[in-house]
Amino acid sequence: MKRFEYIRAESIDDAIAAIAAVPDARAVAGGTNLIDLMKYDVAQPSRLVDINRLPLDTIEETSEGGLKIGALVTNSALAWDTRVEEHFPLLSSAILAGASPQLRNAATTGGNLLQRTRCYYFYDACTPCNKREPGSGCPAIPGVNRIHAILGTSDACIATHPSDMCVALAALDATVHVAGPGGTRTIPFADFHRLPGDQPELDNTMRHGELITAVEVPPSRFGAHHTYLKIRDRLSYAFALVSVAAALTLDGDRIVEARVAMGGVAHKPWRDRLAEADLAGKQADAAAFQDFADQVLEGAVGYGHNSFKIDLARRAMVRALEQAAAGTPQRQTDKRIN
Amino acid sequence: MDTLITHIGRPTRRVDGQLKVTGRAKYAAEYDAPGLLHGAIVSSSIPAGRIVRIHTDKAKAFPGVVEIFTHENRGKAAWLDYKWRDQVAPPGHPFRPLHSDRVVFDGQPIALVVAESYEAARDAATLVHADYQPDEHRTDLLVERERSYQPPKKRSGVPKPPSPRGDAEGAFDQAPVKLANTYRIAAEHHNPMELFATTCVRGGDGKLTLYEKTQGSQNSQSYVTSVFGLKSDDVEVINHYVGGAFGSGLRPQHQLFFAVMASLELERSVRVSLTRDQMFHIGYRPEILQTVGLACDAEGRLQAVMHDATAGTSHFEDYQENVVNWSGLLYRCDNVRLSYELAKLNTYTPCDMRAPGAASGVTALECAMDELAYAARIDPLELRRINFATRDENDNKELTSKALDACYDEGAAAFGWDKRSFEPRSMRDGRDLIGWGMATGVWEASMQKTVATAKLSANGHLEIATASSDIGTGTWTILTQIGADALGLPLEAVTARIGESGLPASPIEGGSWTAASAGSAVQAACDEVRKSLLKQAAGLPGSPLADASPEDVRLNAGRLELKADPSRGISIGEIMTASGIGEIEEEGKAAPDKLQMLKYVSYTHSAIFAEVAVDEELGVIRVTRVVCATAAGRILNPKTARSQILGGVVMGIGMALHEEAMTDHHLGRVMNHNIAEYHMPVNADIHDIEVIFVAEHDDKASPIGVKGLGEIGIVGTAAAVANAVFHATGKRIRDFPMTLDKVLQN
Amino acid sequence: MSSRNLQQGDVPIVMTINGDRLELHVSPWTTLLDLLRDHLHLTGTKKGCDHGQCGACTVLIDGRRINSCLVFAVMRDGAEVTTIEGLAKDDSLHPLQEAFIERDAFQCGYCTPGQICSAAGLLAEDRAHSREEIREHMSGNICRCGAYTNIVDAIEDVMAQEQSQQKAKVA
Repeated sequence: MKRFEYIRAESIDDAIAAIAAVPDARAVAGGTNLIDLMKYDVAQPSRLVDINRLPLDTIEETSEGGLKIGALVTNSALAWDTRVEEHFPLLSSAILAGASPQLRNAATTGGNLLQRTRCYYFYDACTPCNKREPGSGCPAIPGVNRIHAILGTSDACIATHPSDMCVALAALDATVHVAGPGGTRTIPFADFHRLPGDQPELDNTMRHGELITAVEVPPSRFGAHHTYLKIRDRLSYAFALVSVAAALTLDGDRIVEARVAMGGVAHKPWRDRLAEADLAGKQADAAAFQDFADQVLEGAVGYGHNSFKIDLARRAMVRALEQAAAGTPQRQTDKRIN
Repeated sequence: MDTLITHIGRPTRRVDGQLKVTGRAKYAAEYDAPGLLHGAIVSSSIPAGRIVRIHTDKAKAFPGVVEIFTHENRGKAAWLDYKWRDQVAPPGHPFRPLHSDRVVFDGQPIALVVAESYEAARDAATLVHADYQPDEHRTDLLVERERSYQPPKKRSGVPKPPSPRGDAEGAFDQAPVKLANTYRIAAEHHNPMELFATTCVRGGDGKLTLYEKTQGSQNSQSYVTSVFGLKSDDVEVINHYVGGAFGSGLRPQHQLFFAVMASLELERSVRVSLTRDQMFHIGYRPEILQTVGLACDAEGRLQAVMHDATAGTSHFEDYQENVVNWSGLLYRCDNVRLSYELAKLNTYTPCDMRAPGAASGVTALECAMDELAYAARIDPLELRRINFATRDENDNKELTSKALDACYDEGAAAFGWDKRSFEPRSMRDGRDLIGWGMATGVWEASMQKTVATAKLSANGHLEIATASSDIGTGTWTILTQIGADALGLPLEAVTARIGESGLPASPIEGGSWTAASAGSAVQAACDEVRKSLLKQAAGLPGSPLADASPEDVRLNAGRLELKADPSRGISIGEIMTASGIGEIEEEGKAAPDKLQMLKYVSYTHSAIFAEVAVDEELGVIRVTRVVCATAAGRILNPKTARSQILGGVVMGIGMALHEEAMTDHHLGRVMNHNIAEYHMPVNADIHDIEVIFVAEHDDKASPIGVKGLGEIGIVGTAAAVANAVFHATGKRIRDFPMTLDKVLQN
Repeated sequence: MSSRNLQQGDVPIVMTINGDRLELHVSPWTTLLDLLRDHLHLTGTKKGCDHGQCGACTVLIDGRRINSCLVFAVMRDGAEVTTIEGLAKDDSLHPLQEAFIERDAFQCGYCTPGQICSAAGLLAEDRAHSREEIREHMSGNICRCGAYTNIVDAIEDVMAQEQSQQKAKVA
């Protein structure tokens, strides 16, 4: 681990100033990903700004009936908040599908958005990686890529974003509130994470010195017609091979609005708004869901070990949409997939 | 047994339980010493080549760093490589850390950073960098099998494949029902929860006490004395508690060399731990390719068995295990041909992992048996019964016992096997396809030479001692039970001492032989104590036991008494006081009966029944139910014995569904070298497991009738799961682990 | 204990560990796990991976279960930490400790303190009630010895005890 300077920020402005002043300064809250990466020598901040004392640990109801979730609200607190359980069960479910109870107790909302890929090569400082060391190459493309992306990849990087929570937030059309040296701004969730392109070192569109202060979710109209379906290599405590957050607004058995976000398949939670729009107006049945999945996966590319994900993603989307349509969301403690 | 109170056979809580649940049981890295230094190992980032230059300047300048050892300045150690051979080393040239600039496997230790604190060592180690001249490397078994070879020198303790019997090819050709298929099992890593660690405490006299994660304190001691030219009096190895090992602690791991070397060079106490990542660069269960050909007649009687295996090993040692021999002995067959070959890979040498050989070989055999059952349209359990072997045809020997038929009966009854429909894809539960599969398990029941002492005090306290280990197996507890029963004492009156190299010679803890070996030695030592006590008692004036022979007496509630007339006896205290002695200490020995072994051979058996639920669309497999019926001779402690089987079954489920070291053959590196991405079963993966011990009397396997349980639980489990997956889906997956992509294929 | 005024680094923190209020000076790069094990010699908390992948290092921070390996001690200034050494109120065993022994819910014992602290966290959360839920909520603690079914049995036993005690109180 590289040695670092530790600063405990007492206010948001202090924190922003402390981070902005040093190019490789990083904020730390839960630490579950950053400290892990520091121990692997993958993250090497020279300054660590502890933001745990900032007043960002509350969940507030917005005037429109949504929620504004402080960046420091832990995953557990968020998943088990009665307002979230009642009105945003999709978010609750996605959070509970991720990590372990211990990790969820420490990990924060802001940190979850900023967690980095689990690509084997990114995590292994002995190997080349364009994301960790721009220009060094991507051994995952010809290498071991079971967990890698099938959508939106580039010649430079095929890493995925590993979050479960973010997949739900993408489906819920959340916005991210950030504060920085230039003031505050909000970023639509779809614009927050980015595709690797030729700059895979950038996971998101935040600027240096900016801090996530909150994530806002607008009111949800899906009732029971939602699900978070996560498929992985063991039944718990593993990252998604493919996950699907699906939410439907139905009029009888006709689809009014569909939102489908996928995890484990791309450098960001993957949504295809055109395909979603095409689903609107159709009967909520297997045929429509199949067509939808085919459309979403039209440009999907496999790299060998991960090629199965194309088929798996198709099947997972169909199943998730069936669950959502039936109003029978997957329970994360129930290992039988309904 | 000669006593009234018995602890053997009763579910008994672990005597070390309280220490373990309160965190007071101390493991290797948890001992402190004044001025303790901390070492961190730096690992190579290439699998083959030469270190051209190693940069240590930055690390040396790091605050708190005391010294950095590389091949250029390593401490004195034996030059001749036979001096580096430990008790279980396979043939070849043992790895000598920092011996030269050569790199022969990925993750090879190339430097040790020693610092005043753990954090300084950890952080300075990242500043050590090497320039390499890489060589070509070979890590892909599928390619290297082209260059496979029969190991020229046999590994001690591992039988070679027997000579062919009958005409397997000919019989195969003529048989009406036959099949031959190839199975692959991925390399697996032991991943005990405790990280490998050695705390080397240097006494004022220069003597070393090593708190070491090992399955054999005396193996580590002899390794250290041999490598560093030390006297055995100057090195003591302690391993009271071992946080799992599963075979990985059979051989000394790198940290032992480094801790001792640094301690000798710096004349300080030193602790070195491996990181979890570094534990993927030590021994592992090798990847293996197996082709099994089976043929039977229309009634299911086996006509031919052919089993050929190729496994990986390192470039410097010919690691071997018994993979294929099981196929020649588990079922009756006149025509058998078995072969076992190795292929060299740029990895560290593989290392025995729970049921080495059998876990791989029996998996392939038992999948093939299931395939044969379907080819012959015979119930898979019935096919096993039809071919039941009553002797070991490989060695042409009698079996000491074989209650496998009872395992079949009781296991099948508990599982409800008779309700199974034969056809694949015929059982459903909602969306899930349900499958029931079974397999047979077998492991050798063996004994090793062991010495134990028993010391009985006048106050009725017994201390038993042998240098055995408890890696979670329950050794502490069963030895205490044996001692208590042998001398008619309550458990509280017995103290076991194990896990110290200075105690009487005991084999390394492995091979499922510890209970039989150490247990028999403790029994023998206690028997000697009883005899000695009787001698004293008989000589007392007016002794009620004057004419008694050792067979006539027993110890009960602190009294030596006549079995035939318990009213005639003398208390232990009285005997010792009257004889003027404070304690009686005797030695007992146990060893395999060589004469008996000419005629008999001994195996543990099991029948495993597994239920899976498969979501075929998504490829997700759940193992919802397992019944494992085991015949293992006498069960000393049903509570800890059951746990042994549960643990084996869980690891077998891991082999079936999860565990796989994924190597990037371009880089020659295992890429999922952490336990987030190397998947072992978690709690959610494990549903119901029922353990049955069938009655099996065996008076030849060991003097105490015990066969051993450490390995048998894993053997056959992966096959039972795979066969259940076939029954559920109609798909044969011959590539382990059966990850969901393989279910989605075809 | 001499570690009451530990001077391991430059950052002053106050931490209550198993009821003892400690004033410590620690380095920013020292994890809570290493502070406990190496500097305070509370070795009951185990290091199994050092990366949040196994759960062996689980302790209770302010009553909640956390992986102590992924926390720098400086970040938990003012926290109340309970480790396996402090779980029982007095010299007797915590019901979970007792149940783990009775159910043989461990073998090598290395993951055990983390399992027990995790189970204590689970009980406090009151979110898991069926075996299925216990399994899922205990999946952050890997047991390589494979004692999972016994661990679930032990936790169920304690839940049943707690329930009958509550009933008795109500009655």
